[in-house]
Amino acid sequence: MLIATAIGIAVNRDLLSVVMLSSIYGLLSANFFVTMDAVDVAFTEAAVGAGISPLLMFTTMAIVGRYEKLPHRWSLSALVLVSITGALLLVATMDMPAFGAPDAPAQQHVAPRYIEQSGQEVGIPNIVTSVLATYRGFDTFGEVTVIFTAGVGVLSLLMVGDRATKPLSSHLLKASQHKILRIVSKVLIAPILLFALYVQFHGDYGPGGGFQAGVIFAAAIIVYTMLFGLDSARQVIDQAWVRVMAAVGVLLYGAVGVVSMVNGGNFLDYDVLAKDPLHGQHYGIIVIELGVGITVAAVMVLIYFSFAGRLVDRGHQDD
Amino acid sequence: MTDMLLTHYNYWVVMVLMMIGFYIVIAQGNLVKKLVGLNIFQTSVFILYISAGKVSGGSAPILDDAISVYSNPLPHVLILTAIVVGIATTALGLALIIRLREAYGSAEEKDIQEQNQC
Repeated sequence: MLIATAIGIAVNRDLLSVVMLSSIYGLLSANFFVTMDAVDVAFTEAAVGAGISPLLMFTTMAIVGRYEKLPHRWSLSALVLVSITGALLLVATMDMPAFGAPDAPAQQHVAPRYIEQSGQEVGIPNIVTSVLATYRGFDTFGEVTVIFTAGVGVLSLLMVGDRATKPLSSHLLKASQHKILRIVSKVLIAPILLFALYVQFHGDYGPGGGFQAGVIFAAAIIVYTMLFGLDSARQVIDQAWVRVMAAVGVLLYGAVGVVSMVNGGNFLDYDVLAKDPLHGQHYGIIVIELGVGITVAAVMVLIYFSFAGRLVDRGHQDD
Repeated sequence: MTDMLLTHYNYWVVMVLMMIGFYIVIAQGNLVKKLVGLNIFQTSVFILYISAGKVSGGSAPILDDAISVYSNPLPHVLILTAIVVGIATTALGLALIIRLREAYGSAEEKDIQEQNQC
């Protein structure tokens, strides 16, 4: 089914259906991740692949235009190149370990240690969270910074924030006139926000954590913006404040590292945050997950605001 | 051969998806479509990682006394963050497309190249 959807994307010329198909594709791959036991990943993919990324593409499409200009042609040279690469990869897969084999190289290196020791060393049941926040804490810090940088990049490309004071069209998308959509979304948005908070703070015990909570939170706000227009969303959430929050998340993460250094440990060594190392780990993980969640949510909302802001500004130019 | 099919089908699915994404990126002219292709390519890599972490009979990596076999948590961590970083970079790409469209009046690769040559 994944392959069928992907082929559909390849042959379709109407960008609207391409984006709809890519949303279905995201949902399908989320299902796939659940069957592969990767519940945390499925959470993220469902929110990002099926939610935020198609929404951003819709907005871009509204600015750039819906149809591809040139009639679709099969490019022979590209097809040949792709087939050759595919054939080479096919040969390469012969050497790969069988699917699900417990003795595959991927299961040998550090993974057994994570599974066996993290219970005693970190003390939280969700191994994904402990690896993310503790063993690979530096890595995660880097990734949060990448997200923050991408947000800054989008803002500098599509700077619209300072023009928010002038009256903007409240009909961002036609959806704002649909009564059913408005009412259903009004009912749904509050539970989505609550669910995001649950995912954020329950990440130690079940699937969840900062990244997932951040995207779910942002998705709720984006739905609100789509249906009620950018104006009302900006009245609820001040854009300058969101910008500050994006930085606050990264700084919060870094601050945990600095505090643990001040307490005599290494950067991001949570053991020294409290008398009992296990408690220290808990504090550290909760705070950095909060930092991650704040940054991710703020950057996603900022990105959507700047895209939508562009759209509204263009609408004014056309008038 | 049937053995290979049963034990390696996950790699082949990944491969087909990857090649479809690759084809879209190199053969299609529309920049938005190229980004969608890039996303497909990206997802195929995610699937490769996650399927490499699956242990048959294993369960989701959340500690519980009743469970003894877990799937590998490390790929999950890597891909979890990669997805969120991926959407952030996709957004950056879309923002670039919007600026290109404003500068050149088109989101087609060909038009932009022609205008550059003039």
